[in-house]
Amino acid sequence: MKYIDEYRDPKKVRRLVDLINSEVVRPVYKIMEVCGTHTAAIRRFGIKSMLSQKIELISGPGCPVCVTSDGYLKNALFLARHKDIVITTYPDMLRVPADGESLETLRSEGADIRGVNSALDALDIARRLPKKEVVFLAVGFETTAPGTAIALETAKKEKLRNFSVYSAHKTIPEALIALGEDRELALNGFLLPGHVSAIIGVSGYARVFKKIALPSVITGFESSDILFAIYRIVKAVNDRRPILENEYTRIVRNKGNTRAKALLKKAFIQKDSLWRGLGVIKNSGLFVRSVYSEFDAQKKYNLKNEVKNTRALRAARGCLCADVLKGKIAPTQCPFFGKSCTPLAPKGPCMVSREGTCRSYFEYQ
Amino acid sequence: MDKITLSYGSGGVLTHKLVTEVFAAAFKNEYLDELDDSAIFDLGKGTYAYTTDSYVIDPIFFPGGDIGKLAVCGTMNDLASCAAEPKFLTAGFILEEGFAFRDLEKIVLSMAKEAKTQRVKIVAGDTKVVPRGKTDKVFINTSGIGTVQKRLAASMIKPGDMVLINGPIAQHGLSILLSREKFNYHAAIKSDCNSLWCIVKLLLQNCIDVHFMRDATRGGVSAATNEIADLCGYSLILEEKRIPVTAPCRNLADILGLELLDIANEGKMLFFVSARDSAKALRLLKSSRLGKEAAIIGSVLKEKNGRVYLKTILGGEKALSSPLTEPIPRIC
Repeated sequence: MKYIDEYRDPKKVRRLVDLINSEVVRPVYKIMEVCGTHTAAIRRFGIKSMLSQKIELISGPGCPVCVTSDGYLKNALFLARHKDIVITTYPDMLRVPADGESLETLRSEGADIRGVNSALDALDIARRLPKKEVVFLAVGFETTAPGTAIALETAKKEKLRNFSVYSAHKTIPEALIALGEDRELALNGFLLPGHVSAIIGVSGYARVFKKIALPSVITGFESSDILFAIYRIVKAVNDRRPILENEYTRIVRNKGNTRAKALLKKAFIQKDSLWRGLGVIKNSGLFVRSVYSEFDAQKKYNLKNEVKNTRALRAARGCLCADVLKGKIAPTQCPFFGKSCTPLAPKGPCMVSREGTCRSYFEYQ
Repeated sequence: MDKITLSYGSGGVLTHKLVTEVFAAAFKNEYLDELDDSAIFDLGKGTYAYTTDSYVIDPIFFPGGDIGKLAVCGTMNDLASCAAEPKFLTAGFILEEGFAFRDLEKIVLSMAKEAKTQRVKIVAGDTKVVPRGKTDKVFINTSGIGTVQKRLAASMIKPGDMVLINGPIAQHGLSILLSREKFNYHAAIKSDCNSLWCIVKLLLQNCIDVHFMRDATRGGVSAATNEIADLCGYSLILEEKRIPVTAPCRNLADILGLELLDIANEGKMLFFVSARDSAKALRLLKSSRLGKEAAIIGSVLKEKNGRVYLKTILGGEKALSSPLTEPIPRIC
């Protein structure tokens, strides 16, 4: 199959693996994959088991569900309890727990909660149910945000008054800076997310690169894509030469998707945002602009801004999500792991999604 | 959690928990405790298999079948997996007020056709009509009884046994997903909904040393193999590159970020066959209409951990677990 088979050719992959392993000269290479789909692909192809143990692949905060804050979830659950509100969101969000509850459990108690595959599906539901208030829980990075932007634009055009968006959209470059500057983490390089890069382009990382100057390679999701990027990073670390490279040229352009970028700019304003585990990251959130304020669920329902609530929330939780998400500890070092926190009764979101680090570890045990 | 959530019906870990902790615990008896697809019992001079299943699929018509065909095939396959020749079926219908007669007739005719081809008789039935909104169009329950041709049990599985499947996986689940979500996908994917007794019979008639069978329905190959590993106690290893899958299915699963092995089939049987007979079994399967793309996809290990491992296409190895929820597309 074109664009698949040639990137999964076992012989080519073997050669790449040998090449990488022969380049290993330092005691450790800490490489973070920032994207959940990369995490899933690395697991799916069994890549870790092929590479030298000196190459540490650390899963970053790139699973949209995993970084969604408790405060946001509690607000979402609050909305879901309202009998005139229909909650629409990506199905992955349904099982994320907050205080022992989740959208799924509320649904079993009668709340109207519907899984959708795009913001436009949520819009459709609003058109079909004019007597209900339809709220779209918008999560995800630069990849899903343009869809939300189109939904906002369309809702305004159609004067669809029963539709609103509760945005938890986040941007990747700001998170990269926070992670790259973390001394304790001491990363050697980044595998940059393919899909996000398709939107923001290579140029979207220029600012990050200026600030943290770590080997960073944009790459796709096939085994040879990932391995080639690891090879480039290992080599750059050896040469002590920071690089920003695009190895996913079949999808990612230098300037990215200019139309999508324009949509984002029109619909959202960048403000500080709370990431579960990482805390507040400056300017990393995409919030609905005032031109669309009638479609902004946060304003419409007067929801508390979760950024102001961090300390209380963190103290209440106790699980070590934060350190896991940052790659500082292995999930097994969390006291709840496998005991009071399992995929069936998850305490934190890292245990929910198949892209989540804890879930991944649990299934390997 | 004090309420039933949809995940309890997904065929994965939670369904298993519900079945063992609620139903099996309450109904406890020597037949049910086997937790097989059908109950096997002696009655008079014969040995019989008896099973039941309910069908609540949305949409009720889909490429490759409809809820009626599914209700006949599914129950027949539960009998076939116990090496029982399906003989009689019953059918119960729960109809929603306002459901179109034309659709009902179409479904019933499709059931009659499948039953006729498979030489089983639908000998009893029941109908209930409920107010609009109390059900979704039509729900069907079928039960079936068959004569057991060979006693099988998970305890017959031995290290070295080979695992065979009769064709490409994930077609049913993806076909349903495509027609339900109306994704604009270039290729048609047809459900593999089919009665599998004919291929089971073929193996048994040729005296293949089959130790165990299971149709890989909800939860896909992942759930079925994990259940079997759990029942027999031995670990299994599957080889990804040997597992048949069509190009449109593989591409769609890749696009949506779904795990093919977790996706439902309605016409795929997993056969556990002694190593000695596995090549012959494969030849026989390949000679039949429903087994043209059959393959040996794995084997039973000596290890007594009851786990399932997957050797990836690239040669890496990982644990394959039973899916926890309905397969859901990844967000980004």
